[in-house]
Amino acid sequence: MAKKKQFTKEQQKYQEFAKQREPKRKVFKNCIRAFISGGIICTIGQALQFFYINSFGFTEKTAGDPTVATLILASVLLTGFGVYDHIAQWAGAGTAVPVTGFANTMASASIEHRSEGYVLGVGGNMFKLAGSVIAFGVFSAFVVALLKITFKAIGGM
Amino acid sequence: MLKGKQTWIFENKPVIIASAAVGGPFEAAGKLAQDFDILHDDIWLGQDSFEKAEKILLKEAAEKAIEKSGVKKEDINFFISGDLLNQIISSSFTARDLGIPYLGVFGACSSAMEGLAIAANLINSKSAIHTVSGASSHNAAAEKQFRYPTEYGSQKPPTAQWTVTGAGAAVLGQQGKGPKVTSATMGKVIDMGISDPFNMGAAMAPAAVDTIETHFKNMNLDPTYYDLIATGDLGQVGHTIAKDMFKEHGFKMPDSIFTDCGLLIFKKEQPVMAGGSGCGCSATVTFGHLLNRMRKGELKKILVIATGALLSPLSYQQKESIPCIAHAVSIEI
Repeated sequence: MAKKKQFTKEQQKYQEFAKQREPKRKVFKNCIRAFISGGIICTIGQALQFFYINSFGFTEKTAGDPTVATLILASVLLTGFGVYDHIAQWAGAGTAVPVTGFANTMASASIEHRSEGYVLGVGGNMFKLAGSVIAFGVFSAFVVALLKITFKAIGGM
Repeated sequence: MLKGKQTWIFENKPVIIASAAVGGPFEAAGKLAQDFDILHDDIWLGQDSFEKAEKILLKEAAEKAIEKSGVKKEDINFFISGDLLNQIISSSFTARDLGIPYLGVFGACSSAMEGLAIAANLINSKSAIHTVSGASSHNAAAEKQFRYPTEYGSQKPPTAQWTVTGAGAAVLGQQGKGPKVTSATMGKVIDMGISDPFNMGAAMAPAAVDTIETHFKNMNLDPTYYDLIATGDLGQVGHTIAKDMFKEHGFKMPDSIFTDCGLLIFKKEQPVMAGGSGCGCSATVTFGHLLNRMRKGELKKILVIATGALLSPLSYQQKESIPCIAHAVSIEI
């Protein structure tokens, strides 16, 4: 992490002064909204899973794949039609945390950089936001797996 | 003529012969739609990128201002312009199309007044007969460069501001009819350690306050001298802070004449959070709305203080705070 910057007395005083006059993020309201919108997305996901199990003969384990694929498709389409960012302004974390949020980061970056061409634009920038999620996701999976192997080797669990 | 440390007085009174403002769909739905010369209903402006669209905005504003002034393009000595895109490409590419000798300026969102002050100085010192100065910004191009992809679903805080899609330009001359640029105070860079790019108003307010107080000190004037004192894009947050800072300093700034271009341009019900921002904000409001009101006789003396946040996406990622600047230009009829 970067070192905490040293501010002069005058700067500290102003930052306090400004803070008192800034509208705050409405944390409680945002939490409720995130709970409702995230919950709706998950309910849709659950409905899809039941649908794939009952209508297409998937098992509870294999139904996850088509369910996630459907949610991703829906999120990408909503991003493309320019609706997703407006929903997200209302929903906050509710639309960012589920898989739809991840699909939105990739779709929005791809659309944004289409004007720089398919190779350097779309291809090069598609993972602009999603890249760090993947990088640290893979890394943490690696660390967890390493811990598990070590525990097993020394006779734990 | 220099007065005080940083104020220029233009004793030869450069005239704003004509000015023009161009805007996008969001501005067309705003409060000042009738003051735009050209309004577009598509943010792409028929181009295949937002950056190209911004160039069209600036080019149209410059050409419209030249057309309205009646001055031939060949008779304009200098084009002075600035914008927000890296290496001020909107301005330079417009200059390529216009074919007028060009001075590029960068003062972030303060570019419109920086350009106008330099233009007035050139005319005043007889280094130019006619100049055209302008500035532009494009909401989606700015979002793309400074923040996230436009379609990315991130929740913006209530302190965030909405970059204006628009451009404004003014033609100045040694002689003619119209409002005159009488003085300008060039600001110094002030950094109070605010580093949140979603809170530009709070970052820029101290710079605006410093330039305004310096202007009145150097000019030995009282704020009531002006009919209107408008900052560039402080928005609701910065405007409130600036007002309270004046109070704390014991500087008498009447509420009735102190306003902000970022608060004038959009309607309350538009989802712009704290208000408008961007080079295009002070440029379109000043060169469109405010000058129109002066020509109609509703305003006689105004002071516009364009405020700029001199950050880059890189400096923000490197955890730097946001240095800010403000330039004040006095226009009288």
